[in-house]
Amino acid sequence: MSIYIIDKKIMIKATWSFIQKFSSPPHFYRISGKMQPWFMAIFIGTLIYGLIGGLYLAPTDYQQGDSFRIIYVHVPAAWMSMFIYMVMAFCAAVALIWRIKLADIVLISSAPIGAMFTAIALATGSIWGKPMWGTWWVWDARLTAELILLFLYLGIFALYNAVEDKRTGSRFVSILVLVGVVNIPIIHYSVEWWATLHQGPTVTKFDKPSIHIDMLIPLLVMAISFKCYYITTMFSRARTELLERESNAKWVTKLLVPTKAD
Amino acid sequence: MAKTRVSTRKAFSVIIWRDLMLSIRHPSEIINPLLFFIMVIILYPFAVGSDAKLLMEISTGVVWVAALLASMLSLDSIFKEDFADGTLEEMILSAHPTSILVLAKVFAHWLLTALPLIILAPILAVMLGMHDDGIVVLLLTLLIGTPVLSLIGAIGVALTVSLRGGGVILSLLILPLYIPVLIFGSGAVNNAILGLDVQGQIYMLAALFVLALFFAPLAIAAALKISLS
Repeated sequence: MSIYIIDKKIMIKATWSFIQKFSSPPHFYRISGKMQPWFMAIFIGTLIYGLIGGLYLAPTDYQQGDSFRIIYVHVPAAWMSMFIYMVMAFCAAVALIWRIKLADIVLISSAPIGAMFTAIALATGSIWGKPMWGTWWVWDARLTAELILLFLYLGIFALYNAVEDKRTGSRFVSILVLVGVVNIPIIHYSVEWWATLHQGPTVTKFDKPSIHIDMLIPLLVMAISFKCYYITTMFSRARTELLERESNAKWVTKLLVPTKAD
Repeated sequence: MAKTRVSTRKAFSVIIWRDLMLSIRHPSEIINPLLFFIMVIILYPFAVGSDAKLLMEISTGVVWVAALLASMLSLDSIFKEDFADGTLEEMILSAHPTSILVLAKVFAHWLLTALPLIILAPILAVMLGMHDDGIVVLLLTLLIGTPVLSLIGAIGVALTVSLRGGGVILSLLILPLYIPVLIFGSGAVNNAILGLDVQGQIYMLAALFVLALFFAPLAIAAALKISLS
């Protein structure tokens, strides 16, 4: 029993020191710089495979014809829009509880990417809706919830940009993101119940995806591709943000200012 | 000066009383949002025409949206002056939990802005031709829903009080969060008008209220502490 406890303590200590080390700005800057090209390569590789697989190789849908193929952009983008918000919420909690600088930076660097994926999901959904439902927009539960998510993202920008001091701004944003994350399930279900009360002419096709394996694989590949894209872009933004915020730190000077030799 | 310990309960009621007195001496802060509420509702017949049936159909939505906008408009005053003159700082420095003191402020604000609005709402609902069943449920949903609006709104104000031009940002932050309240509130009234069961929505609204009552003061306190740091 006691061994177990000691073990646990050591584990916690080790994890903690790992987190502290990894989250130290210079370390993150170095590691992310090394990892970025790899993610970039995976992104491009999976993107090419996913697009060819989805747009060319996958069989045509017996009901929707070729227009179903927009699924390969639409669904991964919608997944990313929610995934990124969850990442941001996690970072917000970490930033507020442990005051880890890096969490702030990852949070704020993720926001524009998340907003972009939300916008893509909405736009592609709308383009898909036109031939399928005969209208660009329905006040369906999913569509409305996604639209609200977009406004949550935009609110995050608005708040962050309105604050002059970036650190204060990040802390404000952390609180807002956490309040939003409490609200997301509420919004999601309330909108769903609201829309089922007045059911419009909608057919929600994703609820039970009885999807053919040849169609599914490119979809999953595209999801991986989008995740790698997110990581790559987020790293770029985070690194820039890090340099900007830490511009007075020694490691930045060392990194950016050429040594006296040249 | 002798040290006197005031109980938190006492502090709570003192803050409510103080805010009520302050507002009674500056009554325009209570009256203006109310006038706004009335004006928004009056705009609708001009915009959609005076067709009684149409107005009746949209009356729930109109009253709820107007109430929501009016409550948002009045939010700004909740912390602004206390922030400007340093009272808020004193509150945070006091020995009492900030979240409780903040709850007192939100409650006072609700008494001053939302309660008159709830009293006024049935009159306007009648003018729009709402059914009697609808009006009873409208009152009930406003009574449960407006505290949630005040609590969520106060989080937004606490986040933006230190910013210049925070008003527009405030609306961008909190309107998405208001949507569930709007859905359940107006959903219940619509059901009542159609003669359907309203219990479900009322319970959901009550659940939102309890949730907001517990979590919002913590978020408000945290946001105010950052605003003042």
